[in-house]
Amino acid sequence: MTDEKRRVDGPVGPGSSDSDLARRLDRLSQSLRAERADRTEAARPARSSGSDYAVAFRLASEFVAGVLVGAALGWGLDMLAGTGPWGMIVFLMLGFAAGVLNVLRSAGRIKTGPGSPGAGSGGEPQG
Amino acid sequence: MATVEEASRVDPVHQFAINPIVSLGDIGGVDLAFTNSSLFMLLVVGLISAFLILATQGRGLVPGRMQSLAEMSYEFVAGMLRESAGTEGMRFFPMVFSLFMFVLFANLLGLIPYFFTVTSHIIVTFSLALFVILTVVVYGFYRNGAHFLHLFVPQGVPGYLLPLVVLIEVISFLSRPISLSVRLFANMLAGHITLKVFAGFVVSLSAFGVLGVGGAVLPFLMAVALTALEFLVAFLQAYVFAILTCMYLNDALHPSH
Repeated sequence: MTDEKRRVDGPVGPGSSDSDLARRLDRLSQSLRAERADRTEAARPARSSGSDYAVAFRLASEFVAGVLVGAALGWGLDMLAGTGPWGMIVFLMLGFAAGVLNVLRSAGRIKTGPGSPGAGSGGEPQG
Repeated sequence: MATVEEASRVDPVHQFAINPIVSLGDIGGVDLAFTNSSLFMLLVVGLISAFLILATQGRGLVPGRMQSLAEMSYEFVAGMLRESAGTEGMRFFPMVFSLFMFVLFANLLGLIPYFFTVTSHIIVTFSLALFVILTVVVYGFYRNGAHFLHLFVPQGVPGYLLPLVVLIEVISFLSRPISLSVRLFANMLAGHITLKVFAGFVVSLSAFGVLGVGGAVLPFLMAVALTALEFLVAFLQAYVFAILTCMYLNDALHPSH
């Protein structure tokens, strides 16, 4: 390890100047960047298998949140406008749809709409 | 106080009780007090500050153990943010880093016996989630103006379906702070209750003599395994919270493509 390092970095003596140090630092950060790119590529598939529990919980909570928000909106609308049970009925169904949309989106099955396009390179969060 | 302690020794939800430590009196009809929750929030912030300040004090070119840990947490959050929100997203780095560290430390600190878990209260996680969503909305409108509303209008939808789809998209957007906060809160709450229930089984069973002690081994093993799982969950939930924050910030930066 130390031999290899010395070969790459050149001899380390008391006479090494600041510019020499800067050059070596530059080289180090370059090789680190390359190394890191390799590592993240390799690490991605391994990470997904480790947290299935969290994925399941995430999908469930996305769905429930959609339904709850839909119901709350409908209820609020009914309270404000006095439109009987209809606001809640309609918005509960819309909330159901929004919940399904949330789930599909966070499972990475839909590539349109908010959340997905820019995040394509980053992949979906696992968990 | 002592009788309450006696009665609630095996009550699994007693650990979430909020007790005032110093009452600040009645201000505007609200009974304000410095509670154990406030104490642990301060403790979390203090620990994070101490960790980062002490760890980076050496400023070594070749980092030591602690400095390496601090640099790793920086790299982790920066990489996550850059990956999901692009280089532009780095202006939100202080916010995402603070959120991630706060949630992570609060989760981990809660795993120590007799410690209070700040993130097991939905009002705490909901405030954090609301802060994230409001940042997204305010910054989205500030940067993109009315163009931010394109977030709710997917492309290629036939005109007669548009009102319905926009409504669904709006509900979907509004559900984000709910799911963000409920996920973190529910994970911490459920985990701590399960842990306490199984640990309680050990105590109750071992009261039944030799056979009970033999039987108590099973819930004890379960408690050990659950503790390991809780460490995983504590980290995972902080990660999920932070990466979802990044993805929502990405929407504020690039509302449509």
